[in-house]
Amino acid sequence: MPAVTMTVNGVSRSADVEGRTLLVDFLREKLQLTGTHVGCDTSQCGACVVHMNGQSVKSCTCLAVDADGADVTTIEGLANGADLHPMQKAFREHHGLQCGFCTPGMVMSAIDLVNRNPSPSEGEVRHWLDGNFCRCTGYHNIVKAVMAGADAMGGGS
Amino acid sequence: MDDFQYHAPSSVDGVLSALRGADDGKVLAGGMSLLPVMKLAMAAPSDLVSLRNVPGLSDIEDHGHCLKIGACCTHAQVAASSVVRERIPALAAMAGRIGDPQVRNRGTIGGSVAHNDPAADYPAACVGLGATIITDRRKISSDDFFGSMFETPLEDDELVTAVCFPIVDGAAYAKFENPASKYAVAGVMVARDSDGVRVAVTGAGAGVFRVAEMEAALADDFSADAVAGISVSSDGLLSDNVAGAEYRAHLVTVMAKRAVEACG
Ligand SMILES: Cc1cc2nc3c(=O)[nH]c(=O)nc-3n(C[C@H](O)[C@H](O)[C@H](O)COP(=O)(O)OP(=O)(O)OC[C@H]3O[C@@H](n4cnc5c(N)ncnc54)[C@H](O)[C@@H]3O)c2cc1C
Ligand code: FES
Ligand code: FES
Repeated sequence: MPAVTMTVNGVSRSADVEGRTLLVDFLREKLQLTGTHVGCDTSQCGACVVHMNGQSVKSCTCLAVDADGADVTTIEGLANGADLHPMQKAFREHHGLQCGFCTPGMVMSAIDLVNRNPSPSEGEVRHWLDGNFCRCTGYHNIVKAVMAGADAMGGGS
Repeated sequence: MDDFQYHAPSSVDGVLSALRGADDGKVLAGGMSLLPVMKLAMAAPSDLVSLRNVPGLSDIEDHGHCLKIGACCTHAQVAASSVVRERIPALAAMAGRIGDPQVRNRGTIGGSVAHNDPAADYPAACVGLGATIITDRRKISSDDFFGSMFETPLEDDELVTAVCFPIVDGAAYAKFENPASKYAVAGVMVARDSDGVRVAVTGAGAGVFRVAEMEAALADDFSADAVAGISVSSDGLLSDNVAGAEYRAHLVTVMAKRAVEACG
Protein backbone atom coordinates (compact mmCIF):
# COMPACT_ATOMS: atom_id res chain seq x y z
CA MET A 1 0.00 0.00 0.00
CA PRO A 2 1.34 3.44 -0.86
CA ALA A 3 2.15 5.72 2.08
CA VAL A 4 1.09 9.35 1.87
CA THR A 5 2.14 12.33 3.90
CA MET A 6 0.43 15.68 3.69
CA THR A 7 -0.03 18.74 5.85
CA VAL A 8 -3.65 18.95 6.95
CA ASN A 9 -4.74 22.09 8.79
CA GLY A 10 -1.13 22.84 9.60
CA VAL A 11 -0.23 19.40 10.97
CA SER A 12 1.78 16.77 9.09
CA ARG A 13 -0.27 13.57 8.72
CA SER A 14 0.82 10.22 7.26
CA ALA A 15 -1.03 7.01 6.53
CA ASP A 16 -0.97 3.95 4.32
CA VAL A 17 -3.72 4.15 1.72
CA GLU A 18 -4.86 2.21 -1.32
CA GLY A 19 -4.25 3.73 -4.72
CA ARG A 20 -7.99 4.21 -5.06
CA THR A 21 -8.46 6.00 -1.72
CA LEU A 22 -10.02 9.37 -2.45
CA LEU A 23 -8.75 12.45 -0.65
CA VAL A 24 -12.19 12.86 0.96
CA ASP A 25 -12.05 9.31 2.35
CA PHE A 26 -8.55 9.90 3.66
CA LEU A 27 -9.78 13.02 5.47
CA ARG A 28 -13.02 11.55 6.81
CA GLU A 29 -12.02 7.98 7.57
CA LYS A 30 -8.29 8.06 8.31
CA LEU A 31 -8.17 11.46 9.99
CA GLN A 32 -11.77 11.58 11.31
CA LEU A 33 -12.21 15.05 9.81
CA THR A 34 -15.87 14.59 8.97
CA GLY A 35 -16.65 18.26 8.30
CA THR A 36 -15.90 17.64 4.61
CA HIS A 37 -19.03 16.06 3.14
CA VAL A 38 -19.92 13.82 0.21
CA GLY A 39 -23.14 14.79 -1.52
CA CYS A 40 -22.94 13.08 -4.90
CA ASP A 41 -21.06 10.49 -6.92
CA THR A 42 -20.82 12.59 -10.08
CA SER A 43 -18.32 15.29 -9.00
CA GLN A 44 -20.96 17.99 -9.30
CA CYS A 45 -22.24 19.08 -5.87
CA GLY A 46 -19.21 20.69 -4.18
CA ALA A 47 -20.02 19.43 -0.64
CA CYS A 48 -16.48 17.99 -0.55
CA VAL A 49 -14.52 21.16 -1.43
CA VAL A 50 -11.24 21.65 0.46
CA HIS A 51 -8.17 23.73 -0.29
CA MET A 52 -5.14 21.97 -1.72
CA ASN A 53 -2.01 24.09 -2.08
CA GLY A 54 -4.16 27.21 -1.79
CA GLN A 55 -6.79 26.27 -4.39
CA SER A 56 -10.30 24.93 -3.91
CA VAL A 57 -10.68 21.36 -5.21
CA LYS A 58 -13.28 18.60 -5.02
CA SER A 59 -11.77 16.12 -2.58
CA CYS A 60 -14.12 13.40 -3.91
CA THR A 61 -12.39 13.62 -7.28
CA CYS A 62 -8.76 13.60 -6.22
CA LEU A 63 -6.74 10.56 -5.16
CA ALA A 64 -5.11 10.74 -1.74
CA VAL A 65 -1.88 9.57 -3.41
CA ASP A 66 -2.06 12.53 -5.82
CA ALA A 67 -2.21 14.82 -2.74
CA ASP A 68 1.04 13.39 -1.36
CA GLY A 69 3.16 16.31 -0.13
CA ALA A 70 0.31 18.79 -0.46
CA ASP A 71 -0.88 21.41 1.97
CA VAL A 72 -4.57 20.77 2.64
CA THR A 73 -7.03 22.93 4.57
CA THR A 74 -10.47 21.66 5.53
CA ILE A 75 -13.38 23.43 7.20
CA GLU A 76 -11.98 22.29 10.57
CA GLY A 77 -8.84 24.31 9.91
CA LEU A 78 -10.50 27.70 9.58
CA ALA A 79 -11.52 28.71 13.09
CA ASN A 80 -9.03 29.88 15.66
CA GLY A 81 -10.28 28.02 18.71
CA ALA A 82 -13.79 29.31 19.39
CA ASP A 83 -13.20 32.29 17.14
CA LEU A 84 -14.81 31.48 13.79
CA HIS A 85 -13.27 32.54 10.47
CA PRO A 86 -14.95 35.74 9.14
CA MET A 87 -16.57 33.74 6.33
CA GLN A 88 -18.03 31.26 8.84
CA LYS A 89 -19.31 34.16 10.96
CA ALA A 90 -20.92 35.71 7.89
CA PHE A 91 -22.75 32.47 7.06
CA ARG A 92 -24.09 32.37 10.62
CA GLU A 93 -25.07 36.04 10.70
CA HIS A 94 -26.75 36.07 7.30
CA HIS A 95 -28.57 32.79 7.70
CA GLY A 96 -26.52 31.28 4.85
CA LEU A 97 -27.44 27.73 5.85
CA GLN A 98 -30.40 25.61 6.76
CA CYS A 99 -29.50 21.90 7.04
CA GLY A 100 -25.81 22.77 6.73
CA PHE A 101 -24.86 19.87 4.47
CA CYS A 102 -23.49 22.07 1.67
CA THR A 103 -21.98 24.65 4.04
CA PRO A 104 -18.41 23.37 4.47
CA GLY A 105 -17.97 23.24 0.69
CA MET A 106 -19.65 26.63 0.23
CA VAL A 107 -17.37 28.26 2.81
CA MET A 108 -14.18 26.71 1.39
CA SER A 109 -15.16 27.68 -2.15
CA ALA A 110 -16.11 31.23 -1.07
CA ILE A 111 -12.75 31.77 0.65
CA ASP A 112 -10.91 30.71 -2.52
CA LEU A 113 -12.96 33.29 -4.44
CA VAL A 114 -12.13 36.10 -2.01
CA ASN A 115 -8.44 35.15 -2.01
CA ARG A 116 -8.45 35.72 -5.79
CA ASN A 117 -10.98 38.52 -5.98
CA PRO A 118 -11.19 40.47 -2.69
CA SER A 119 -14.36 42.39 -3.55
CA PRO A 120 -16.48 40.24 -5.84
CA SER A 121 -19.73 41.55 -7.28
CA GLU A 122 -22.95 39.68 -6.62
CA GLY A 123 -22.80 38.27 -10.16
CA GLU A 124 -19.24 37.08 -9.64
CA VAL A 125 -20.25 35.33 -6.40
CA ARG A 126 -23.16 33.57 -8.09
CA HIS A 127 -21.02 32.53 -11.02
CA TRP A 128 -18.23 31.28 -8.74
CA LEU A 129 -20.67 29.10 -6.78
CA ASP A 130 -21.58 27.18 -9.98
CA GLY A 131 -20.03 24.04 -8.49
CA ASN A 132 -21.69 24.24 -5.06
CA PHE A 133 -25.22 22.94 -4.86
CA CYS A 134 -27.60 23.79 -2.02
CA ARG A 135 -30.92 21.98 -1.67
CA CYS A 136 -32.30 24.20 1.11
CA THR A 137 -31.62 27.90 0.99
CA GLY A 138 -32.38 29.04 -2.54
CA TYR A 139 -28.90 30.62 -2.54
CA HIS A 140 -29.91 34.23 -1.78
CA ASN A 141 -28.65 34.19 1.79
CA ILE A 142 -25.54 32.27 0.79
CA VAL A 143 -24.70 35.01 -1.70
CA LYS A 144 -25.34 37.69 0.95
CA ALA A 145 -23.14 35.78 3.38
CA VAL A 146 -20.30 35.52 0.87
CA MET A 147 -20.48 39.26 0.07
CA ALA A 148 -20.41 40.09 3.80
CA GLY A 149 -17.65 37.53 4.43
CA ALA A 150 -15.59 39.11 1.65
CA ASP A 151 -15.96 42.53 3.30
CA ALA A 152 -15.05 41.11 6.69
CA MET A 153 -11.99 39.34 5.26
CA GLY A 154 -10.81 42.71 4.01
CA GLY A 155 -9.09 41.24 0.96
CA GLY A 156 -7.72 37.77 1.65
CA SER A 157 -7.78 35.04 4.29
CA MET B 1 -13.98 1.87 -7.56
CA ASP B 2 -11.63 -1.05 -8.21
CA ASP B 3 -8.10 -0.69 -6.95
CA PHE B 4 -5.20 -0.19 -9.34
CA GLN B 5 -1.45 0.18 -9.30
CA TYR B 6 -0.49 3.85 -8.95
CA HIS B 7 2.63 5.35 -10.53
CA ALA B 8 3.96 8.90 -10.38
CA PRO B 9 7.08 8.98 -12.56
CA SER B 10 9.11 12.15 -12.94
CA SER B 11 9.69 12.16 -16.71
CA VAL B 12 7.82 11.63 -19.97
CA ASP B 13 9.93 8.50 -20.58
CA GLY B 14 8.96 7.22 -17.14
CA VAL B 15 5.28 7.73 -17.99
CA LEU B 16 5.65 5.86 -21.29
CA SER B 17 7.45 2.92 -19.73
CA ALA B 18 4.89 2.66 -16.90
CA LEU B 19 2.12 2.60 -19.52
CA ARG B 20 3.95 -0.05 -21.54
CA GLY B 21 4.48 -2.22 -18.46
CA ALA B 22 0.77 -2.21 -17.56
CA ASP B 23 -2.04 -4.51 -18.73
CA ASP B 24 -4.47 -1.64 -19.11
CA GLY B 25 -2.70 1.51 -18.03
CA LYS B 26 -4.21 5.00 -18.17
CA VAL B 27 -2.69 8.43 -17.76
CA LEU B 28 -4.10 10.46 -14.86
CA ALA B 29 -3.99 14.24 -15.29
CA GLY B 30 -6.60 16.34 -13.41
CA GLY B 31 -8.79 13.29 -12.94
CA MET B 32 -11.94 15.35 -13.54
CA SER B 33 -13.15 13.02 -16.29
CA LEU B 34 -11.32 9.77 -15.52
CA LEU B 35 -12.09 9.54 -11.78
CA PRO B 36 -15.85 10.17 -12.17
CA VAL B 37 -15.95 7.46 -14.82
CA MET B 38 -14.03 5.06 -12.55
CA LYS B 39 -16.25 5.92 -9.58
CA LEU B 40 -19.26 4.89 -11.64
CA ALA B 41 -17.41 1.65 -12.57
CA MET B 42 -17.49 2.56 -16.26
CA ALA B 43 -13.70 2.12 -16.40
CA ALA B 44 -11.39 -0.01 -14.29
CA PRO B 45 -7.79 0.44 -15.46
CA SER B 46 -5.13 -1.87 -13.98
CA ASP B 47 -2.68 1.01 -13.57
CA LEU B 48 -2.89 4.80 -13.29
CA VAL B 49 0.14 6.83 -14.29
CA SER B 50 -0.07 10.29 -12.75
CA LEU B 51 1.51 13.27 -14.51
CA ARG B 52 1.88 15.24 -11.27
CA ASN B 53 5.66 14.83 -11.02
CA VAL B 54 6.51 15.34 -14.69
CA PRO B 55 8.14 18.77 -15.07
CA GLY B 56 7.66 21.12 -18.03
CA LEU B 57 4.11 20.19 -18.99
CA SER B 58 2.47 23.29 -17.50
CA ASP B 59 4.14 26.06 -19.50
CA ILE B 60 2.43 28.52 -21.83
CA GLU B 61 4.83 29.78 -24.52
CA ASP B 62 4.34 32.51 -27.10
CA HIS B 63 6.02 31.38 -30.34
CA GLY B 64 4.96 34.45 -32.33
CA HIS B 65 2.69 32.74 -34.84
CA CYS B 66 1.21 30.39 -32.22
CA LEU B 67 0.76 29.76 -28.52
CA LYS B 68 2.04 26.46 -27.17
CA ILE B 69 0.07 25.33 -24.14
CA GLY B 70 1.48 22.47 -22.07
CA ALA B 71 -0.77 19.41 -21.61
CA CYS B 72 -0.99 19.84 -17.82
CA CYS B 73 -2.08 23.49 -17.93
CA THR B 74 -5.34 23.67 -16.02
CA HIS B 75 -8.42 25.40 -17.36
CA ALA B 76 -8.01 27.99 -14.57
CA GLN B 77 -4.42 28.65 -15.66
CA VAL B 78 -5.39 29.14 -19.33
CA ALA B 79 -8.32 31.39 -18.34
CA ALA B 80 -6.10 33.58 -16.15
CA SER B 81 -3.00 33.64 -18.39
CA SER B 82 -2.17 37.19 -19.49
CA VAL B 83 -0.53 35.83 -22.68
CA VAL B 84 -3.60 33.83 -23.68
CA ARG B 85 -5.95 36.69 -22.78
CA GLU B 86 -3.99 39.07 -24.96
CA ARG B 87 -3.17 36.80 -27.91
CA ILE B 88 -6.26 34.54 -28.16
CA PRO B 89 -8.90 36.06 -25.88
CA ALA B 90 -11.57 33.65 -27.16
CA LEU B 91 -9.52 30.73 -25.84
CA ALA B 92 -9.09 32.25 -22.37
CA ALA B 93 -12.81 33.05 -22.23
CA MET B 94 -13.72 29.51 -23.30
CA ALA B 95 -11.47 27.96 -20.63
CA GLY B 96 -13.01 30.24 -18.00
CA ARG B 97 -16.45 28.82 -18.73
CA ILE B 98 -15.58 25.13 -18.44
CA GLY B 99 -17.48 23.43 -15.60
CA ASP B 100 -17.07 25.22 -12.27
CA PRO B 101 -14.07 26.74 -10.46
CA GLN B 102 -13.03 23.46 -8.84
CA VAL B 103 -13.19 21.59 -12.17
CA ARG B 104 -11.09 24.39 -13.69
CA ASN B 105 -8.55 24.19 -10.85
CA ARG B 106 -7.77 20.52 -11.61
CA GLY B 107 -8.89 19.72 -15.18
CA THR B 108 -6.25 20.06 -17.89
CA ILE B 109 -6.14 20.80 -21.60
CA GLY B 110 -4.28 17.53 -22.30
CA GLY B 111 -6.92 15.51 -20.45
CA SER B 112 -9.72 17.31 -22.21
CA VAL B 113 -8.40 16.70 -25.73
CA ALA B 114 -7.36 13.09 -24.99
CA HIS B 115 -10.80 12.34 -23.53
CA ASN B 116 -12.67 13.92 -26.48
CA ASP B 117 -15.99 14.13 -24.71
CA PRO B 118 -18.63 15.04 -27.33
CA ALA B 119 -19.89 17.87 -25.07
CA ALA B 120 -16.47 19.26 -24.08
CA ASP B 121 -15.36 22.76 -25.05
CA TYR B 122 -11.72 22.26 -26.01
CA PRO B 123 -12.47 20.11 -29.08
CA ALA B 124 -14.40 23.04 -30.60
CA ALA B 125 -11.65 25.47 -29.63
CA CYS B 126 -8.97 23.24 -31.18
CA VAL B 127 -10.83 22.52 -34.42
CA GLY B 128 -12.15 26.08 -34.72
CA LEU B 129 -8.78 27.70 -34.18
CA GLY B 130 -6.93 25.08 -36.25
CA ALA B 131 -4.74 23.85 -33.37
CA THR B 132 -2.12 21.10 -33.58
CA ILE B 133 -1.96 18.38 -30.92
CA ILE B 134 1.61 17.53 -29.96
CA THR B 135 2.43 14.14 -28.48
CA ASP B 136 5.64 12.48 -27.34
CA ARG B 137 6.09 11.17 -30.91
CA ARG B 138 4.17 13.27 -33.47
CA LYS B 139 2.05 16.28 -34.33
CA ILE B 140 -1.58 15.77 -35.30
CA SER B 141 -3.84 18.44 -36.78
CA SER B 142 -7.11 18.93 -34.93
CA ASP B 143 -9.07 18.02 -38.05
CA ASP B 144 -7.46 14.55 -37.89
CA PHE B 145 -7.37 14.23 -34.11
CA PHE B 146 -10.98 14.47 -32.95
CA GLY B 147 -13.05 11.46 -34.01
CA SER B 148 -16.51 10.46 -32.92
CA MET B 149 -17.31 10.29 -29.14
CA PHE B 150 -14.19 9.65 -27.07
CA GLU B 151 -12.21 8.54 -30.16
CA THR B 152 -8.77 9.91 -31.02
CA PRO B 153 -5.79 8.48 -32.93
CA LEU B 154 -3.74 8.30 -29.70
CA GLU B 155 -1.97 4.99 -29.10
CA ASP B 156 -2.43 3.30 -25.71
CA ASP B 157 1.04 4.40 -24.65
CA GLU B 158 1.00 7.88 -26.22
CA LEU B 159 1.13 11.08 -24.23
CA VAL B 160 -0.20 14.48 -25.30
CA THR B 161 2.51 16.94 -24.29
CA ALA B 162 1.12 20.25 -25.61
CA VAL B 163 -1.39 21.91 -27.90
CA CYS B 164 -0.36 24.69 -30.33
CA PHE B 165 -2.93 27.32 -31.23
CA PRO B 166 -2.24 29.60 -34.21
CA ILE B 167 -2.82 33.30 -33.62
CA VAL B 168 -5.87 34.28 -35.68
CA ASP B 169 -7.33 37.65 -36.67
CA GLY B 170 -10.47 37.15 -34.63
CA ALA B 171 -12.35 34.39 -32.84
CA ALA B 172 -15.21 33.87 -30.41
CA TYR B 173 -16.92 30.96 -28.71
CA ALA B 174 -20.62 30.86 -27.89
CA LYS B 175 -22.03 28.06 -25.76
CA PHE B 176 -25.50 27.04 -24.69
CA GLU B 177 -24.65 25.14 -21.57
CA ASN B 178 -26.25 22.43 -19.54
CA PRO B 179 -27.28 24.39 -16.44
CA ALA B 180 -26.09 21.69 -14.01
CA SER B 181 -22.83 20.43 -15.51
CA LYS B 182 -21.94 23.41 -17.75
CA TYR B 183 -21.02 21.03 -20.58
CA ALA B 184 -22.06 22.28 -24.02
CA VAL B 185 -25.55 21.43 -25.26
CA ALA B 186 -24.28 23.26 -28.33
CA GLY B 187 -21.07 25.26 -28.50
CA VAL B 188 -19.68 27.01 -31.58
CA MET B 189 -16.18 28.40 -32.09
CA VAL B 190 -15.84 30.79 -35.03
CA ALA B 191 -12.36 31.92 -36.10
CA ARG B 192 -11.41 34.31 -38.88
CA ASP B 193 -8.02 34.52 -40.51
CA SER B 194 -6.35 35.38 -43.83
CA ASP B 195 -6.85 31.72 -44.84
CA GLY B 196 -10.61 31.93 -44.34
CA VAL B 197 -13.17 31.21 -41.66
CA ARG B 198 -13.56 28.10 -39.52
CA VAL B 199 -16.76 27.12 -37.71
CA ALA B 200 -16.52 24.20 -35.24
CA VAL B 201 -19.45 22.77 -33.29
CA THR B 202 -19.33 20.74 -30.08
CA GLY B 203 -22.07 19.30 -27.88
CA ALA B 204 -24.59 18.90 -30.68
CA GLY B 205 -23.22 15.84 -32.46
CA ALA B 206 -21.40 12.60 -31.68
CA GLY B 207 -18.15 14.52 -31.97
CA VAL B 208 -16.94 17.99 -32.91
CA PHE B 209 -17.68 18.90 -36.54
CA ARG B 210 -17.17 21.82 -38.93
CA VAL B 211 -19.96 23.49 -40.89
CA ALA B 212 -18.62 24.04 -44.41
CA GLU B 213 -21.69 25.97 -45.56
CA MET B 214 -21.32 28.51 -42.76
CA GLU B 215 -17.59 28.81 -43.36
CA ALA B 216 -18.15 29.60 -47.05
CA ALA B 217 -20.92 32.11 -46.30
CA LEU B 218 -18.80 33.88 -43.69
CA ALA B 219 -15.79 34.02 -46.00
CA ASP B 220 -17.97 36.07 -48.39
CA ASP B 221 -19.75 38.16 -45.79
CA PHE B 222 -18.59 38.00 -42.19
CA SER B 223 -21.86 38.86 -40.46
CA ALA B 224 -24.42 37.16 -38.25
CA ASP B 225 -26.95 37.58 -41.07
CA ALA B 226 -24.79 35.44 -43.34
CA VAL B 227 -25.30 32.37 -41.11
CA ALA B 228 -28.83 33.16 -39.87
CA GLY B 229 -30.43 31.19 -42.72
CA ILE B 230 -28.07 28.22 -42.58
CA SER B 231 -29.08 25.27 -40.45
CA VAL B 232 -27.39 21.93 -39.91
CA SER B 233 -29.37 18.74 -40.37
CA SER B 234 -30.65 17.19 -37.15
CA ASP B 235 -29.88 13.70 -38.51
CA GLY B 236 -27.30 12.11 -36.25
CA LEU B 237 -27.32 14.92 -33.69
CA LEU B 238 -27.55 14.02 -29.99
CA SER B 239 -30.87 13.83 -28.24
CA ASP B 240 -31.26 13.61 -24.47
CA ASN B 241 -33.41 14.85 -21.60
CA VAL B 242 -31.91 18.34 -21.93
CA ALA B 243 -32.40 18.87 -25.67
CA GLY B 244 -33.64 16.93 -28.65
CA ALA B 245 -31.78 16.72 -31.96
CA GLU B 246 -33.92 19.35 -33.69
CA TYR B 247 -33.49 21.80 -30.86
CA ARG B 248 -29.73 21.20 -30.94
CA ALA B 249 -29.70 21.87 -34.68
CA HIS B 250 -31.53 25.15 -34.03
CA LEU B 251 -29.06 26.05 -31.26
CA VAL B 252 -26.10 25.56 -33.62
CA THR B 253 -27.34 28.40 -35.83
CA VAL B 254 -28.11 30.63 -32.83
CA MET B 255 -24.69 30.01 -31.26
CA ALA B 256 -22.96 30.55 -34.61
CA LYS B 257 -24.69 33.95 -34.96
CA ARG B 258 -23.68 34.92 -31.42
CA ALA B 259 -20.09 33.85 -31.98
CA VAL B 260 -19.86 35.84 -35.23
CA GLU B 261 -21.29 38.91 -33.50
CA ALA B 262 -18.82 38.53 -30.63
CA CYS B 263 -15.92 38.37 -33.12
CA GLY B 264 -16.66 42.05 -33.84
C1 LIG C 1 -18.80 18.63 -12.82
C2 LIG C 1 -17.97 18.68 -14.08
C3 LIG C 1 -18.27 19.61 -15.06
C4 LIG C 1 -17.51 19.67 -16.23
N1 LIG C 1 -17.87 20.60 -17.17
C5 LIG C 1 -17.16 20.66 -18.31
C6 LIG C 1 -17.49 21.64 -19.31
O1 LIG C 1 -18.38 22.49 -19.14
N2 LIG C 1 -16.76 21.65 -20.45
C7 LIG C 1 -15.73 20.77 -20.64
O2 LIG C 1 -15.10 20.84 -21.70
N3 LIG C 1 -15.38 19.86 -19.72
C8 LIG C 1 -16.07 19.79 -18.56
N4 LIG C 1 -15.70 18.86 -17.62
C9 LIG C 1 -14.55 17.97 -17.89
C10 LIG C 1 -13.25 18.62 -17.45
O3 LIG C 1 -12.94 19.71 -18.27
C11 LIG C 1 -12.09 17.62 -17.44
O4 LIG C 1 -11.15 18.17 -16.60
C12 LIG C 1 -11.38 17.35 -18.73
O5 LIG C 1 -12.25 16.97 -19.74
C13 LIG C 1 -10.37 16.22 -18.57
O6 LIG C 1 -9.18 16.72 -18.09
P1 LIG C 1 -8.42 16.05 -16.87
O7 LIG C 1 -7.11 16.71 -16.77
O8 LIG C 1 -9.28 16.10 -15.68
O9 LIG C 1 -8.20 14.57 -17.39
P2 LIG C 1 -8.32 13.14 -16.69
O10 LIG C 1 -9.67 12.96 -16.12
O11 LIG C 1 -7.16 12.95 -15.79
O12 LIG C 1 -8.13 12.21 -17.96
C14 LIG C 1 -9.12 12.11 -18.97
C15 LIG C 1 -8.66 11.11 -20.04
O13 LIG C 1 -7.56 11.64 -20.77
C16 LIG C 1 -6.39 10.81 -20.62
N5 LIG C 1 -5.28 11.76 -20.50
C17 LIG C 1 -5.16 12.77 -19.59
N6 LIG C 1 -4.08 13.52 -19.86
C18 LIG C 1 -3.48 12.96 -20.94
C19 LIG C 1 -2.32 13.29 -21.69
N7 LIG C 1 -1.56 14.35 -21.40
N8 LIG C 1 -1.99 12.49 -22.74
C20 LIG C 1 -2.77 11.42 -23.06
N9 LIG C 1 -3.89 11.07 -22.40
C21 LIG C 1 -4.24 11.83 -21.35
C22 LIG C 1 -6.67 9.95 -19.42
O14 LIG C 1 -5.97 8.73 -19.50
C23 LIG C 1 -8.17 9.79 -19.48
O15 LIG C 1 -8.50 8.79 -20.39
C24 LIG C 1 -16.42 18.78 -16.43
C25 LIG C 1 -16.10 17.86 -15.43
C26 LIG C 1 -16.85 17.80 -14.27
C27 LIG C 1 -16.49 16.79 -13.23
S1 FES D 1 -19.14 15.00 -3.24
FE1 FES D 1 -20.28 15.99 -4.80
S2 FES D 1 -18.69 17.04 -5.84
FE2 FES D 1 -17.58 15.97 -4.36
S1 FES E 1 -28.22 24.26 3.68
FE1 FES E 1 -29.06 22.32 3.23
S2 FES E 1 -28.04 21.86 1.35
FE2 FES E 1 -27.45 23.87 1.66
